Amino acid sequence: MNFELLTQLIVNGLIVGLLYGVVGMCFVLVYKSTQIVNFAQGEFLLIGAWICWALLIYLELPFIVGFLLTMVFMAVFGILLQMIVLRPMIGEPIISVIMVTIGLSIFFQALMKWIFGVSAQSFPKVFETESIQILGLNIEVAYLMSTVIALIIMVAFYLFFKYSKYGLAMRATAFDQQIAQSLGISVKQVFAMSWGIAATVSATAGVVIAMVSGVSSSLSMMGIKVFPAVILGGLDSIVGAIVGGLIIGVLENVAEFFDSQYLQIGNMYDIAPFYVLLIILWFKPYGLFGTKDIERI
Amino acid sequence: MSSLTMRPCGDFRTSYKQDNTIFETKNIKHVAIIAIAFLCAAPYLVDAYYLTLFIQISYLGIAALGLNILVGYTGQISLGHGAFFGFGAFASAWLNISFGIPVLLCIPLAGFLTMGVGMVFGLPASRIKGLYLAIATLAAQFILEDFFARADWFSGGSAGSSADPINLFGFAFDTDESFFYVALFALVFMYIWGCNLMRSREGRAFIAVRDHYLSAEIMGIKLNKYRLLSFGVSSFYAGIGGALYAHYLGYVSAEGFTLFMSIQFLAMIIIGGLGSIKGTLMGVVFMVFLPEALEGGVGLMKMTEWGNIPMVVDGLAYIKEMAIGLVIILFLIFEPEGMAHRWGQIKNYWKFYPFSY
Repeated sequence: MNFELLTQLIVNGLIVGLLYGVVGMCFVLVYKSTQIVNFAQGEFLLIGAWICWALLIYLELPFIVGFLLTMVFMAVFGILLQMIVLRPMIGEPIISVIMVTIGLSIFFQALMKWIFGVSAQSFPKVFETESIQILGLNIEVAYLMSTVIALIIMVAFYLFFKYSKYGLAMRATAFDQQIAQSLGISVKQVFAMSWGIAATVSATAGVVIAMVSGVSSSLSMMGIKVFPAVILGGLDSIVGAIVGGLIIGVLENVAEFFDSQYLQIGNMYDIAPFYVLLIILWFKPYGLFGTKDIERI
Repeated sequence: MSSLTMRPCGDFRTSYKQDNTIFETKNIKHVAIIAIAFLCAAPYLVDAYYLTLFIQISYLGIAALGLNILVGYTGQISLGHGAFFGFGAFASAWLNISFGIPVLLCIPLAGFLTMGVGMVFGLPASRIKGLYLAIATLAAQFILEDFFARADWFSGGSAGSSADPINLFGFAFDTDESFFYVALFALVFMYIWGCNLMRSREGRAFIAVRDHYLSAEIMGIKLNKYRLLSFGVSSFYAGIGGALYAHYLGYVSAEGFTLFMSIQFLAMIIIGGLGSIKGTLMGVVFMVFLPEALEGGVGLMKMTEWGNIPMVVDGLAYIKEMAIGLVIILFLIFEPEGMAHRWGQIKNYWKFYPFSY
């Protein structure tokens, strides 16, 4: 057994898993506060990464400025999306809501391909050094930055929901929309805000991934890979999303390791999470931390 | 079947049987029979191009009807229908090549094989619903896609597998004209079967599960059984559609059956109308003609002085994809009940034309 490779893969898995966790968190945020399952989450990553890339390449802005402009754009984009497309869908059956987000995902994916082409583009270099050695393991600086950013986002989420007025309003809305409304919380505003936050934070993850592996339409696969993570953690648990993300991140790398070393089946990296997903749904549909639905007639 | 449309004056129903006929009035029945008779003559009347479109409509239509039984009538969600369609295609070719079973027998057998696979993936459906089910079927889509690419013995791996044309008593249906009749027969047969299924005890149970599954369970409908059965029927239809597709093209490759295809199937039934058999066909026709219409439109634009924009002309493939996404969104926002509902409204409007009260 090749332990060195295994540890390297596990560390990579943890880093990628943290990013899954961040994207999953946005997913859970939207689901909790608006009851919408967002199949277009991956496109947020994609759009964010392309916009940032275009700002850096065509306008030749410094990274920080381009990055911040992308964030602003994505916040506005998310809010507008909610107002124009998803607001009319409130109260519609779940299949309609799912299909609207799927429609959005197809639309934006094709739009991005149309505007920016299908070939992958590499990001301009942000850091001087490519990778550094920590405890004998090779770690890319961008990954290190992604870890830091992911942790910052998580702490920010925690503080936001714990202490800020808006965070409390969002939690109240997630708990019960009618009660929140009767207490004077603008549910519309909360919905728009949660989409804005989800778009911005996902775009951050998109930019970070793009810095490591370039921008291409395959980035939107992240939005689908997040499902196993979110289901594993429980759909309505933010902590669950993070834990699920970490588990899936490690799992796909370990599956890849065993596959390349012993099994030789191939493509386990992409498929293993979905097998896990099916198994979870068979035995524990509400995940590790999710609340079980209790239905009354 | 639906009480939305107005019946002609004097057409009263006195029994449940009368209320439950496939065609609502005699006129509709006659129109349907005339339409089918006209279609039988189509190979002699219309261009070969329209025949290929019709064949496309028929195999997609069969699969889409299956999805509508699952989504529209039973209220489950499936994001893996494209993969089941592909499984049917590969299964039929595989049965034919490996076991030498005649093609005509392979098609229903492929349907049953797909039914089995669909029910395995539908197993979680008996416990979960809505969104969780959507994600479970999404997993099925990826797992099956991966299986197609890998299982050389079954699908020929990345090279794909070839499928013989349908052969009946030495006559091969290998041209568009001859296959047209096979497609027409299959389409009519499967649609009548679908209508009858929905009029039966099972069909009513599906609808009860959709409308209020807790009440349905209390009334003695076994939820697990009917959800699973619905999955089975839906995959069976997908398998038949896929098998027809395989034997029409003569070649199946693993690339076509992606998530995008599953989404297209969903788009068809949403555009046509969830829970409407007539609507399913409308939606399929719409979705088959949409890319053709776009192509024609861009072709016309290219000819004019102002319209020859290279970005539009080169990006046609992406515009087609975008149009599908856009159509889904627009229909869900403005006409969530689909074209079948709109059709009924238009009919009523003209029926009462000057006095619409």
